[in-house]
Parts: sequence; structure tokens; C-alpha cells
Amino acid sequence: MTPRIAPVAFVLNGTRVALRVHPLKRLLDVLREDCGLTGTKEGCGEGECGACTVLVDGKAVNACLVPVAQVRGAAVTTIEGLNGRHPLQRAFAEHGGAQCGICTPGMVMVAAALGPHPTLDEVRTGLAGNLCRCTGYLGIYRSIAKASKGRKRR
Amino acid sequence: MARYVGRNVVRKDGAAKTAGTARYVDDVTWPGMLFGRTIRSTIPRGTISGIRLDFDPAGFTVVDARDIPGRNVVSLIADDQPCLADGVIRHAAEPVILLAHEDRETLTAARVEIDCRPETPVLDPAAATRVFKHIRIEKGSVDDALSRADLVVEGEYRTGHQEHLYIETNGMLAVPGDGGVTIYGSLQCPYYVHKALSTLLGLTARQVRVVQTETGGGFGGKEDYPSILAGHAALLALKSGRPVKIVYDRAEDMIATTKRHPSVVRHRTGVSRDGRLVAMDITVLFDGGAYCTLSPVVLSRGCLHATGPYRCDHVRVDGRVVMTNTPPNGAFRGFGAPQTLFAAEVHMERIAEALGMDPVRLRERNALRPGDVTATGQVLGADTAALDVLRDTVRRSRFHEKRRAFAGTNRGIGLSLFFHGAGFTGSGEVYLASKASLEATPTGVRILVASTDIGQGQRTVHAQIVAEALGLPFEAVEVEAADTAFVPDSGPTVASRTTMVVGGLLKRCAEEMRERLGRMTPAEYLRRHGPLVITKQYEPPPGLVWDDDTYRGSAYGSFGWGCEAVEIELDPVTGQVRPTRVTTSQEIGKAIYPIGARGQIEGGTAQGLGYALTEEVVMRDGAMANAQLTNYIIPTTLDTPPMDVNLLERPYAHGPYGAKGLGEMPFDGVAPAVVNAIRHLGLDVRDVPATPERVIDAPRIQPGPGIARLQPGGREPGIARLQPGRQSKRRTGGSR
Amino acid sequence: MKTAITPLGLLQPRTLKTALQMLRDDGPLTPLAGCTDVYVGLNAGAFAGRRFIDLSLLEALRGIDVRDGVLRLGALATFTDIAASPDARRMVPMLVAAAREVGAVQIQNRGTIGGNIANGSPAGDTLPVLAAADALVELRSADWVRRVPFTAFYTGYRQSVMRPDELIAAVEIPAIGGVQFFRKVGTRAAQSISKVVMAGVRAAQPRIAFGSVAPTVVRVPNTEAALAEGASVEEAQRVLQTEIAPIDDIRSTAAYRRRVAANLLAQFWADTAATPRRRR
Repeated sequence: MTPRIAPVAFVLNGTRVALRVHPLKRLLDVLREDCGLTGTKEGCGEGECGACTVLVDGKAVNACLVPVAQVRGAAVTTIEGLNGRHPLQRAFAEHGGAQCGICTPGMVMVAAALGPHPTLDEVRTGLAGNLCRCTGYLGIYRSIAKASKGRKRR
Repeated sequence: MARYVGRNVVRKDGAAKTAGTARYVDDVTWPGMLFGRTIRSTIPRGTISGIRLDFDPAGFTVVDARDIPGRNVVSLIADDQPCLADGVIRHAAEPVILLAHEDRETLTAARVEIDCRPETPVLDPAAATRVFKHIRIEKGSVDDALSRADLVVEGEYRTGHQEHLYIETNGMLAVPGDGGVTIYGSLQCPYYVHKALSTLLGLTARQVRVVQTETGGGFGGKEDYPSILAGHAALLALKSGRPVKIVYDRAEDMIATTKRHPSVVRHRTGVSRDGRLVAMDITVLFDGGAYCTLSPVVLSRGCLHATGPYRCDHVRVDGRVVMTNTPPNGAFRGFGAPQTLFAAEVHMERIAEALGMDPVRLRERNALRPGDVTATGQVLGADTAALDVLRDTVRRSRFHEKRRAFAGTNRGIGLSLFFHGAGFTGSGEVYLASKASLEATPTGVRILVASTDIGQGQRTVHAQIVAEALGLPFEAVEVEAADTAFVPDSGPTVASRTTMVVGGLLKRCAEEMRERLGRMTPAEYLRRHGPLVITKQYEPPPGLVWDDDTYRGSAYGSFGWGCEAVEIELDPVTGQVRPTRVTTSQEIGKAIYPIGARGQIEGGTAQGLGYALTEEVVMRDGAMANAQLTNYIIPTTLDTPPMDVNLLERPYAHGPYGAKGLGEMPFDGVAPAVVNAIRHLGLDVRDVPATPERVIDAPRIQPGPGIARLQPGGREPGIARLQPGRQSKRRTGGSR
Repeated sequence: MKTAITPLGLLQPRTLKTALQMLRDDGPLTPLAGCTDVYVGLNAGAFAGRRFIDLSLLEALRGIDVRDGVLRLGALATFTDIAASPDARRMVPMLVAAAREVGAVQIQNRGTIGGNIANGSPAGDTLPVLAAADALVELRSADWVRRVPFTAFYTGYRQSVMRPDELIAAVEIPAIGGVQFFRKVGTRAAQSISKVVMAGVRAAQPRIAFGSVAPTVVRVPNTEAALAEGASVEEAQRVLQTEIAPIDDIRSTAAYRRRVAANLLAQFWADTAATPRRRR
């Protein structure tokens, strides 16, 4: 059976895209190679480090474990979709949330999905799938807390 | 009041890193680029009898040792390591053949068989016969002092390999051109790579250019290994005439690249009944792996820290680093000191147990003070802060209160006291002859150094120092990429020297530039006088004398000092040890970028907790068998406790704004504090990692004789009571 | 050797009926859904097959609801779905506990209960729960439906009674009388594979299951009987050792697993020895 490359259409950072890519190509590779968005990183390829985290319909997933065919019709958000203007991004830069920065896009994406005012417990549990080797995580918690403080409570 | 130094600025690279626009090597592509792959040995020792290429060669570039235009060595210290194995295999995963192809699937599918005649490998360092380096440090008369001591405590302590686990794996991109090559890659030391490539490829300095891309963590793991990987990429690039990118996947990175040296350290310590250290006899054994790499320097630092931060008139440290048929070990944060400090600090705990003495009191009694003399004869300066950090941590952690409150429960608290000499040992900095430059630009100034930001905040700290010294806004200070085409050789980004040594050079550059500018802005100066570049070279502090042959003199310009208290909870159902709180005081001269300093301490501590409890490299047949992130266990958020970090500052006269080294010391004290906390529970643990499998089976600590119960002739495990005039026999102490 | 993607094929049926017809007529096909293990397998060259069938569009396999007092989980229920389900929380809190300990958020958002069962790892976190709960697995093919007791589902290491043309449609858990217990002992606090994992129900007839101590998940009937007959915990621990067969592997040792399994049994017994109204 020769696979027919039907285009995979989805919404990427708010814009509709349609790509002729192999259905089993990892979403991570599609983003980095076919879409030119290299902000999402590969740290392990086995879903352990979370550096490749993106949001699919608002849910954090490891892009290294998602076949692109499965995001057909979905809304995918990557770090680029935050345009550098999310409060978390500035907070991470100012309060020690980012050191070498390789885990940062994944961290920010998961943190963004936690909502504007997560508790420390929610942050620790929410980020348990994102490994950082530089910070010991505490600078990340402080950055998220600072971003939280600056955001309106409903 | 300083404008920038000691204050929290917005880190220079923060916006790019948080936006996802910072460019790491795998984010970079080049027109016509090929992908590279390394074919490695599968056995730890043998000779190659044949190589079979079982694929359609169309579109492939193949490289072996015969393609090396220069010398087949990875140029470092001993030049004993080939860039590609040439007939002889000395470790598993040794690189033999390189392939490149445009299509990654085709590249991955290519089959290469390496036929070998295996030989029996040496895998146990205790059985090794080839010694890369032997070091001996002697002070006073150890054997005599031991024979006169009231009590002698013996012990053996072991640490295993550790994998750096930078979240960005090793990667290089080589672009050929003009008879030479440009390297872009994840690395700590562009000039190390530059030198190695010049030798490997037979090229002049001008023909090789090395550029650091944004680097996702190093910790020492990208100090020397990049020279090998860059060499591989360059060989493929030169042979194919096309750019070649090699990025390791996680498994290859873990199996093939350097690790922390495993250690076995033995102590025999004579103490007086009132808890003074009267004699220390220490042997150190490090496993270097198959080639020399940096092992002599790792051993050196390990030996120089082997006594711990304590004074003692009679010391002998006898250290060896040996060859085994395993992948070569290399630099890793701490660089030999964590291994020997681990042994020293757990041994101190055992001395306290043997004497029935408070572990804080024992340390207080023996801690180095200003004016004390180290084992190599160095007189310590006024910035010696061992007692300060000890008392600060003991107070802030409520150590004694918790020792009492936790007694008899599943909770424990343990302490370690440690120090770390910053910069290269002895005459190392003089030998490096590092340079830094500062260039006036129309908008301010540009820093030109070979130092690399690998997460620790180098760009930010250097810019703060320059802004402060020049009186310019922080925003007006640019940091050039670490590109050998533009920056002088500032030495490697290692040894906790980047702020203290290179920052010091930049401060001198800035001070001279300030004089030259006078009342002009840089833009005005450029208009009126043309280009302005100031370059400074390292000058050792006056009076720093060191003898490499006798190992005597001042080993380091300054020491940082640290103390750490770790609280743990043991789960008796599973043997799991959970760290619940860390309290630490670390004296670093001056925190130039406080958020960065705190981040280094918190990060180093987390890395140390992994080293102490969960990070085990399982070796089978000389290779790492658990080379997946699912099986090599580093701490997640849920494994990392809250930390109370206090920075102390005792300015170092020869560091910029008083700064000493910082990056490595936070790692040094963690493992012994954790093990000492486990010992507080009454479990006789002496090795790391203290995995649940080991802890659940650990024997109880046998009570020591105590001060009042010292009897002639009594023998307790690990403790020898000496009769006057009789030498004790060497004995491995304690039950295992 | 890493599997190349290019030669692989993927079918994406839109209905369960179509999917089952494909499995019957167009096989062999390897089903995939959350894919939390597929790429690990592909990277290791572990799949013999080259053709895959994506179940993720099959709405009939989704949903968690209660029918006649039985909790029914569609095979595509993710661990996140399970942890969020009021029915699951009320009826099988030990399953919710297990779902929360699988990997971390990213894995929980994608991994499915059907996948956990079909993957058949002896370390699967929900499997001891399903075994202790006497769950039923609903298998469908193009031509029939059958329900297999979970405790009879596995026949050996990663082997089950499933035919190549069958899919797991759902798993059903009858109401549980008794106090539930779950504990996973992993390599760290999150993102870990279990070294030992246990689920138990304390009732007149206790039901106890372990993972990672044998080639498949196991119930321990002799241990259960001993406890039901009033044996001491120590005696039950001795019986337990005859019903588990852990090994040394890359993560842990047989000796450690035996110790911890015995300790978990004791912890289960102690923790659940409270008033009948107490729940975990």
C-alpha cells in the first residue's frame, strides 16, 4: 500500500495551514522543518523531557509523540504563537525562569495552559513533565508567581 | 551605590530564549546541508579486522581514519585519543566511521558492520594498571602523627558516574569554504575546538573558525567533547564539500559522551579525643575511562580539595586516575572536588559518630580560618568564610533543634561544609594567558570574549561589569557572539573563572577605556579618533606562587565557601529518600547578578540531589545500558524541595567588584549533606547514589566508642585504636 | 535500528464500523491512538508491521458513563478524562489515583485506557486496578462483540487473547464494595515507570493485584484467601512471595521488588483497616 499524501489541514498559531506531509511524521518535525518554527525543541524524543510541549486544542502534549495526522482540524499553539508578549515570557526573562533556555518554550507553554493564577502545587504538578537541568525549578516558580501577580483576577 | 553590579538586571538573552527565537545548533540549516552519523564500536576492547559497508553508496560521503589530513588526535592534554579509531578499539561506542547523506532516513538505514577481535577489557578501576596521573601532596609527618592519635577512624567512600543531561544534546554544523572550515555548535570553549581542528585537519589558525550557537546547558559536558564532534562534522564537510550537521539523539549522547569520574576515596584520620584532626591519610582513585582527556586536572582538583575545608598539620593525599576500557570521562561541574569532598564530609560525620560529638562542633573546631595554612602550604586570606557559612546555615536551618526533634523518626537532617578554589589551579591561569577586548561602537561598547553563555548568565554578568566600570547604561553594552573570527582567546568557560578571571579582564579594559574616552561618548570618540579597541591579558595576583612538581604553594587565588543542610524523609515501605528542604549559605565574594547567583545555587543543588539519590549510570560490558531519559533519573519538579539560599560576600581583592567563582561550588556539598541526613536516621550509607534499593538494605550504624569509652585495644568497625608506638595496619573500615 | 517513517502507512477510518472492516479485510494493521509509546517503539525498531490504523477519530470509543451501576470507559478515554470524571472519582477512586500518576500532564492528555491495556506492559499503571476491580474488556470485531474478564485477558508477556481483527471498545468496572487502595512505587515522583505497582480492595473477600512483579499484571488469589481467612499480615506476605516472580532489570532488582511488594501489602492492610465508610 503506497500511502497517499493527503494534505493535513489545521490551525497553527491562529492561521490555517495545509501541509502535504507524511501522516506519521512527528508534529515536532513538521513544526520545525515544514513550518520553519524552531522554537519547539527536541530534548529526548521519548516524551520524558517536555521540551517539545505544544498546545493542541488548549491541551499540553509532547509534539515528539504526536503524528501530524492527528492534529487535522485542531488548533495548535506553539511558543511562537505567544509572540513574545505573554506575561510569562517577560517574567521568565526577568526573574530567573530561563537560564540556558532550551526547556523554556516547553515550560512557558505548559505554564500558559495552567491559567493566570495557578497555586504552587498546581504549578509543580503541572510542570512535572518538563525537565530543567539549570534552575532547580525554583526560579521558574518565582517567574510564574510574578506573572500571576501582574494579571487581573476575575 | 552601584548602578548595575549587585542588582537584578534583565538578562541579555532573556527575550530571545523566552520567545523561542534563540538559535541552537539544530535550529540552524544551511543550503546544501548533509546530515552526519557516527558508526561506533560495540565492544569495549579489541582490534578491528574488517569494516563492511552494506548500502548503496549513491549520495553518501564516508570518512574513516585514513581521511584525516592532519593528525588523528583530539588535541587536549596527552593527545592520546584518536578522533576516529584506527584499527584499535579501547572503549564501547568509540567512533570508527562517519557517514553523511542528504536524507536522514537513508542515512539511518545504512548498514555498517565492524568486525572485531575482542580482547578482555579492564572495567574495574581497582584492577587497572595504566595510570594517567599520580599526584601526591604531603604536609608534616602523617604516619608519625597517626601513631600518636587518640583515635583513628577509617573509611571508604564511593561515587559513581554521572551524566550531564543538558537538555540540549551535543550538535555541530561544519561549513567548508576557502580551504578551511567554519564550525557552528553547542560548546563551552571555542578555542579548544579551534586548536583541536587545526591539529586534526592540518589547517592554520586563520583557516578554522568556530562560532558558538546558543547552548542549551553544558555543565562541563561540552568542554572537551565538542572537539571530537566538530572534528567529525568537519571531516565530512571537507570530504563532501558540503555543510554537514551532526546532532546526537539522546541515547547516543548518553552512551558516547563524557561523564563524571567515578571515585573510590579512602580516609584514615587521626583525631584527638577533643575532636581535633591531627593526621589525614587519604587515597583517591578516579576512573578516567579509555583516554587521558582532562583526567590529570580532574585528579588535581580532587586531591587539592580532598581534606575538606579543614586545617590539619599532617596530611598525605595520594591520588591516581587510571585507564579503563570505558568511554572517557571528563569535566563535570565540580571537576573532581565533589567526589573528594563527598568522602571528606561523610568521613567527618563518621568521626563525629565515633567520638559521640556534635557534627557542627567537630566542624567548627577544625574549619579553616583566615591565616591558616592548607595542605599545600597556602596561607588563607581574610576572605576565608568557612565558619561564617557554617554558623549561618546552622542557625537558619535550626539544625540542632531538628536533630533532636527528628531523632527516632523517619526524618533526618544532615550537614556538609565545603569549599571550592576558583579559576585554574596553580599556574594554570598564567599558562592560559587569557585575553579580553572591549570595542567602542556608535551606540556604546561591544564585549569581545571567548567566554560562552551556557545558561549561567555570562553575557549578563560581563555586561554589568563593563557598564558599571565605564559608567554607561547596561543597554549600551553589547556582547559579541563567541566567534573565533572576532574574539580573543579568553580561555575556556570552565573552572568557575568566567566572572572572576574574564570579568576581571573586562573591568580592566573598561577602566582604561573610560580614561581614553574622557568626557566623550563612544560615538564621539569614534568620529574624532577612529576605532578604539582595548585588550587586556591575564596578570596573576602578586605573590601567587605554585610548584607543579612538588604540588606546593597557592593552589588558587581564592576559595568560595559553602555550607548546606538537607532535610529528608525516608519512606520505610519503599526505601525512598525524599529531600524536603535545603538550607544553604554560600560565600562567593560578590553576587554580580543576584538572580543568576541564586539560580546557579538552586540548579547546582538540584543536580546534586540527583547525584545523591537517583542518578545511576548502569554499565554493562563497558557501556551505559540505561541510556534513555526514562531510565536515567534526574529530578522533576515533584522531586525538588524548597530551598533557602543565603549569599554571603567576603570580597576577593583580585576579583571584579570582589567576585570569586560561583558556578561549581553549589554542587559540591549536596551529596554529603544528603548522606549525612540518611546517617542521622542511623543507616550506614557511604556511597552515592543512595538509591532505594541500597537504602532499604543499608545496615545500621554501629555505635562508636565515644569519647568516654575509648579503651586501649578495642576494635569497632572502621575504627582502630592505636597503642602508643604501634603503626596501624591499613584496613577498610565498616560493614558494606 | 530506528524505523523510517516514509514506508509506513496510516489509515484513518471515521467510524468504528469502517475501522473493524479494515482490520478484518485489510490487515495486518497496528492500531494506534494516544501514541505515547508508538514513537518510542519506532525509534527502537520494535514494530514488525508497517501499516497502522488510527483510532482517534472513532467517537464510539470515547466517553465515560455509568450504565446499570457499571462504570463504562470507552477505550479512548484519556488519563486526563478519567481523572476529571465525576463518575470515575466516585466509583473507582483507585483508577483516578492511577491515572494521575501516569507520566505527567502531557502524557495524561494523550494516553488512553485502551492503549494501556493493549500495550500490555507488565508495568502498566492502570492494569492492577482493572485486575483488582474484576473489570471486563469489551472486544469488538466486524462480526461480533465479546466480553473478556480482565483477569483472563493476558496470556503471557505482552500477549493477550485479542485477535488481530479485534479492537478494545471499552472496559467496564462493576460497582466496588470495599475500601480501595492504590500505590505506585516508581523511579521518581513523576514521569516514572513503576518498579512495583499495587491496587487493592479491602472487603470480606479482598482483591489484590500487582504490576511489575511478573510477566503480566497478576492477581494474588492465595494471598487474598489467606487474608480472607484471617491470616496475619506476616503470613500473607509469605504467601505473596509465592505468587509473584519479579526480576532484576535496568530499573530495579528482584530483591527490592519482593521487599516492597510485601511492604505494600502491609501498608494496604493497615491503611484500609478503618470504618467501612472511609475511602481512598
